[in-house]
Amino acid sequence: MNTQLLLIQVFNGLVNGAFYALLSLGLAVIFGMLRIVNFMHGALYMLGAFTAFALGQAFGLGFWPSLILAPIIVALLGMVLERTLLSRLYGLDPSYNLLLTFGLTLLTQDLVKQVMLSQYAVSSAPYTPPAALAGVVNLGFVVFPKYRLFVIALSLVLCLLTWFVIEKTRVGAIIRASTENPGVTRAFGIDVGKWVTGVFGVGVGLAGLAGVLAAPIYSVEPYMGSELIITTFAVVVIGGLGSILGSVVTGFAVGVLAAVGAAIYPPIANTLVFILMALVLLVRPSGLFGLPEGTR
Amino acid sequence: MTVLPRTAARTERQRMTRAAWLIGLGLVLLILPRLIYPVLALDILAWGLFAVAFDLLFGFSGLLSFGHAAFWGTSAYVTAFLLSHGQGVPVAMLGGTGAALLLAVPIGFLSVRSIGIYFSMITLAFAQMISFVALQWTDVTGGENGLQGFARPGFLGLDFSDSTTRYYFCLAVFAVGFYVAYRTVRSPFGQALQAVRDNEQRAQSIGYNPTRFKFTAFLISATLAGLAGSMFTFGHGVVSLDVLNWRTSGEVVMMTLLGGTGTLFGPVIGAGLVLLLRDVLTTANLPVGIVTGLVFVLVVLFFRRGVVGTVQHWLRRR
Repeated sequence: MNTQLLLIQVFNGLVNGAFYALLSLGLAVIFGMLRIVNFMHGALYMLGAFTAFALGQAFGLGFWPSLILAPIIVALLGMVLERTLLSRLYGLDPSYNLLLTFGLTLLTQDLVKQVMLSQYAVSSAPYTPPAALAGVVNLGFVVFPKYRLFVIALSLVLCLLTWFVIEKTRVGAIIRASTENPGVTRAFGIDVGKWVTGVFGVGVGLAGLAGVLAAPIYSVEPYMGSELIITTFAVVVIGGLGSILGSVVTGFAVGVLAAVGAAIYPPIANTLVFILMALVLLVRPSGLFGLPEGTR
Repeated sequence: MTVLPRTAARTERQRMTRAAWLIGLGLVLLILPRLIYPVLALDILAWGLFAVAFDLLFGFSGLLSFGHAAFWGTSAYVTAFLLSHGQGVPVAMLGGTGAALLLAVPIGFLSVRSIGIYFSMITLAFAQMISFVALQWTDVTGGENGLQGFARPGFLGLDFSDSTTRYYFCLAVFAVGFYVAYRTVRSPFGQALQAVRDNEQRAQSIGYNPTRFKFTAFLISATLAGLAGSMFTFGHGVVSLDVLNWRTSGEVVMMTLLGGTGTLFGPVIGAGLVLLLRDVLTTANLPVGIVTGLVFVLVVLFFRRGVVGTVQHWLRRR
């Protein structure tokens, strides 16, 4: 195959990777603090896209205001759910919160489906990217849609920002301390419970933002998050839930590998991520960046 | 008259309760096709056995599989494939069940070494992979169209074009599957399995290999899920990609929770309740997804013991 095509696939892989990274980053942050895996992450990603679409329909808001507003709305909704529902199950086996968020996923998807059908009489809707990002860019060696480059860049910036906040700031120190040892952190006079809600909000806000970013590429559709979340779970297993940076690197790397693999042997497109997961499990059961189980 | 020691009396009462559940469940299943239409009754048998298989793993080994649709669905497809290639019903069902067992070997091997949430995510991911394979392998699976229009040749003088006959044939298969699950749980193996579930380190320190126990339980559970999947194909005479969907994996979890995790009888009741609810909702043209999602959330939040668990808890407190 020619280099041109391969390069395009690398860029397409980076776009997919941008979504994997944003979602697995949110999952990792939430897992670190709450010790739960949020199955609802995919549904909240969809809700981000849907909110952007609905804001456009109701108030004529364009892409840019929605890119700010929709994630905030999703984050607030997430925080309400965390306070009212998820927090009821903290004393129990973390499996119960996985099940709860699974039930919420079914509920959210079908509610959105009903709303889309009854309000807008559509089962899926396109979403136009802003005019400033329409068209293509000639990078010299390859021509690529401007909007997709923007997605890659924004995702990278957000991931680095999250990493910086968690690793280098006082807020991050509190979060890391609460993650490592909630009891001792409380003894220092920090209200861990309050931070839990905030961190959950940021994590799902990232998912909502990924949803808005995805809306112009894929169309807005009630089930757009369900396959993505399962693939993201595979990415998380490959990377391990151990580190923030690990989830970002794995997200982009898996995106590129899967896209290039699909170009070389197309039938493997959907399954390559899972094959990679099986291989990693054979060699390192706790993932590339994960700590062996029992040490945390 | 001698007074039995308290523990013996309790064991005796537990045995009585179990016998009562067994007889009650058996009676209901015997007359079920007279109460509701036979295809729905057959659905309850298939999903009931599926949920029993899931409970064997979740309730008795503590492993929350989110990918059991892989075994149910693979078996459903293999059964349909064999039937449409002129095989008889027993061969097709055994072939499907065997395929589920074969698939469980690599998936189980790779997943049981992980614990908790990781196990759930890995099984879910593998099930999704199988679903993608079925979608693309159109020569064998029919892709989006699925497989249909295959014959179900009679067997031992039974006419399988009659849905009531199909029901009672499946009831016999169900009884075998349930017996296997019941014996597994009550055997020394089952006791060791529960020891591993309750405290892995302790079980290891007295000489059990937790991974091997969990792997074996995984294989038994997947095989029974496969048997249930072949019943599903046999009952409906069609198979579509739905059987491999991640929602299917979730539905069996819901049935088990609603009926009562770790009770073995409960999941059958849970399957019956969910399917009846779905039937009522579909007939009344109500949004099935929203209601089942809501029920799922409410069960996880407020009704984690399930029907059988709640009744048992209530009996024990008296």
